[in-house]
Amino acid sequence: MKHRLRTTFQNTNFVVGFSILVLLLLLTFVTPLFMQGSPLDMVGTLFNKPGNYVNRMGVIDAPKYPMSIEVASIRLGAAVSNDEAKQMLEWLEKSELDVEWKGLDPEKDRAAIVELFLANYDDSIRLPGTSAYRKGFTRLYNKVQNLLSADGYVVHVADPDSESGYREVGKIESRDFTNVKDVPARRFFLLGTDNFGRDVFHELISAIGNSLMVGLIAGSIATTIGLLIGLTSGYVGGWLDNFLTFVTNMFTVIPSFVILILLSYSISSSSRSIVVVAFVIGLTAWPWTARSVRSQTLTLKNRDHVNISRLSGFGTVRIIVTDILPYVLSYVVMAYILQISSAILAEAQLSMLGLGPSTTTHATLGLMLSWSMQFQAPLSGAWWAFIPVVLSIALISFSMNLMNTGLDQVFNPTLR
Amino acid sequence: MKGYTRYFRNRILWYLLTFAVALVLNFVLPRLMPGNPVASIAAGVTESLTDSKAAAEMMEEYTRAFGLDKSLPEQFLVFIGNLLKGDLGVSFRRYPTPVVQILKESVPWTIALQLPAILTGWMLGNLLGAVAAYRRGVFDRAIFPAFLFVGAFPSFGLAIILLFVFGIMLRVLPTSGGYGFDLIPGFNLQFIASAVRHYQLPFWSIVLNTIGGQAIGMRSMSIYELNADYVKYSRFLGIRDRRIVGYVFRNAMLPQVTGLALSLGTMVGGALVAETIFSYPGIGSTILSSIKAQDYPMISGATLFITVGVLLANLVIEILYGFIDPRIKANQQE
Repeated sequence: MKHRLRTTFQNTNFVVGFSILVLLLLLTFVTPLFMQGSPLDMVGTLFNKPGNYVNRMGVIDAPKYPMSIEVASIRLGAAVSNDEAKQMLEWLEKSELDVEWKGLDPEKDRAAIVELFLANYDDSIRLPGTSAYRKGFTRLYNKVQNLLSADGYVVHVADPDSESGYREVGKIESRDFTNVKDVPARRFFLLGTDNFGRDVFHELISAIGNSLMVGLIAGSIATTIGLLIGLTSGYVGGWLDNFLTFVTNMFTVIPSFVILILLSYSISSSSRSIVVVAFVIGLTAWPWTARSVRSQTLTLKNRDHVNISRLSGFGTVRIIVTDILPYVLSYVVMAYILQISSAILAEAQLSMLGLGPSTTTHATLGLMLSWSMQFQAPLSGAWWAFIPVVLSIALISFSMNLMNTGLDQVFNPTLR
Repeated sequence: MKGYTRYFRNRILWYLLTFAVALVLNFVLPRLMPGNPVASIAAGVTESLTDSKAAAEMMEEYTRAFGLDKSLPEQFLVFIGNLLKGDLGVSFRRYPTPVVQILKESVPWTIALQLPAILTGWMLGNLLGAVAAYRRGVFDRAIFPAFLFVGAFPSFGLAIILLFVFGIMLRVLPTSGGYGFDLIPGFNLQFIASAVRHYQLPFWSIVLNTIGGQAIGMRSMSIYELNADYVKYSRFLGIRDRRIVGYVFRNAMLPQVTGLALSLGTMVGGALVAETIFSYPGIGSTILSSIKAQDYPMISGATLFITVGVLLANLVIEILYGFIDPRIKANQQE
C-alpha cells in the first residue's frame, strides 16, 4: 500500500493533475477569506469589464498632483479610433472646403486630423447622403469637442442660495493626477461582472467549490452503487448475476442523459437544490462502474486466496470485503475520479438546458454558463463572463483525467 | 453464417427488450412527480391565455394527453397504442402541431450534424492515438497532453469558445441557426451554401471533443498491444513493421468500437447541448425550448427519439463488431 502510494506520487501525470486540483481547492477555501460580501451580491451592472473601479467623486476629493505629462494626445488616442479619424477625413474631403487634408494618415496624424476637423466642422454644410449619415458627423463632433481643450473641468455642487443655483467647489486641470490608492472607494474586478452585476471572479470561485461538491456527492453515490452491484453480481454469480448484468447493460445503453432530463424535469423546480441535482446525477451514473467492478471481481473470484477463505468457512460479505475489495480498489479509485469529473459535466449540461439547480443563493459552473448564455454574453463581447467558466470546467476534468492516466500507468506498468 | 444469425437474433431481441424498458421509464418517470402534473403544467400555460374557452380546451387537451382519468396500467396501454399509431401527442408550445411533426422537422438536422461529426472525430482520434503510440518520443509527449486538454473541454464549452472566436471576434462564420434567416429551406445552391457555413462551428466543436477523448483511449490500447507477445514474436519472425502495425491497429480498434458504443449516449448528450449554443434547428434546441415552455409531450417525444437513435446506433455497432471480431463467431458456434 505504502509502496503504491509512493509510486503514484512519482508519476508525473498524476502529480500534475493532483496539483491542479489541490490548487483549485485551495483557491476555493482561501479566497473567500479575502473577499468582501457574498459571491452573489449584485455590486456592478451588466457586464462591466475586468479592471480596477474607483469612485469618480473620490477621485475629485483625493489629493491632486500636477504632473508634466502630455495628456491631450493620450486622451485623443483613447477616445478617437482609427475609423473615426477616417470618418473625419471623409468629412473634410466631401465638404470641399479649402483645407489641406491630403496626406494625413489616420494612424499617425490623429491629433492633426482632429484639430483640423474641429476647426472646420460646420453643421450647416449639407453633405450628400442620408440624414443618418450626416448625423454621424454631428455625433462625432460632439464627442471630440472637449478633447483638445486644455482648460480642464470645473466642478459645481447644487446650491439653492446662489444666483445660478450652483457653486463652484473645485477645478480639474488637464495636468492633474491622482494616486488611485488615495481614492478610498474602489473595487477590483479581476474578471469583471456578469449579467446580474456580480463579481465574476468571486462567483467563479464559489461556483468551482459548489461544482466540485456536486461531483463529489454524485461520484460517491454512483461509485457506491456501482461497487455494490458489481461486487455482488461478480462474486455471487448465478441468477442474481444474470439479472444484475442484464439491468446494468440496459442502463449503459439507454443514454443516462435522457434519464437525467426526464428525472430532473419530474422534480419540481422549487425542490431542485444543488444536492438534489447531485443525487439525481449519481443515481444515473453507476452502470459503467458496476460493469468494470464486476469483470474485475470475476477474474479474482477463483484465485487461491479467495478459495482458501471460502474453505475456511468465512461468510460471503467477509470474503468480499477482505479478499476481493482490496484488489479492485485501484480500479474503483480511478472510476471514482472519472465519475466526479463526468458528474460536473452532467451538472453543466443540465443547467444549460434549464434543468440545473434552481437556486439564487448559490452558483455552479453550469448555472454561470447558462446565465451568461441567456444574456447573450458572447454577443456583448463579455468574454470574462463565460471563457473563465469554460476553462474552469476544462481544467477540472483535465486534472482528473491526468490523475486517472497517471494511476492507469502505475497500475498497468505496460502503459508506461 | 449460422453462428452469425444466432448472434444477431440474440442481440436484436436484447435491444427490443431494452427498448421496452426505456419505454416504461419514459412513461413512469414523469408520473413520479408529486401532485397532479397536468394542473401544474397547465397552470403555467393557461395563465397567459385571456380566452377562458381556449384555456378550458387546453386543460382538457392536457388531461386527454396524460389520460389521467384512467388507472396507471390503462394509461400505459393507451400510451403504447398511440405510439404504435405514430402518435406522440400534441405539442403544448406549438399547439396544435403534433409532436411527431416537430420531430420530423428537427431530426434531419441533428442526424446530419452529429453522425458525421462523431464518426469523423472518432476516426481522426483513433488515427492520432495510434500514431502517438507508435511514434512515442516528442510527437507523443507534445500531442498527448494536448489531446487530454482538448478532450477535457465539453463539446458545448468548445462550442462557446468557437462561437466567440470565429463568430464574434473574427466574424468569419455565422453564430446561430442552421441556415440564413432570410432563406427558405429548399434544394438550391444559395441555401446549401448557407447551410454549409452554418454547419462549420457546431461540427468542429463536436469533432474536437471526440478526437480528444478517443485519441487517449486508442493510444493506451495501442501501447498495450505493441507490448503484447504476438508483436515480439512477429518481430522475431522478421515480419515487416508495417504489417505488424496493421495487426496492432486492428486489435486495438476492437475495444475502441465497444468504447464508441458505450460512450455514444454521453457524446450525443453533449452534442445536443452544443446544438443549443448555436440555436441549431435540431433536437437539442427543441428540447431546450420545450423545457422552457414546460412542453411535456414534446420533451417525452424527443427523449424517446434520442433513446431509439442511440439504441439503433448501438445495435449497428454491435452487428459490425460481430463481423470485425472473429471470436464472436467462434463463440456462437461452440
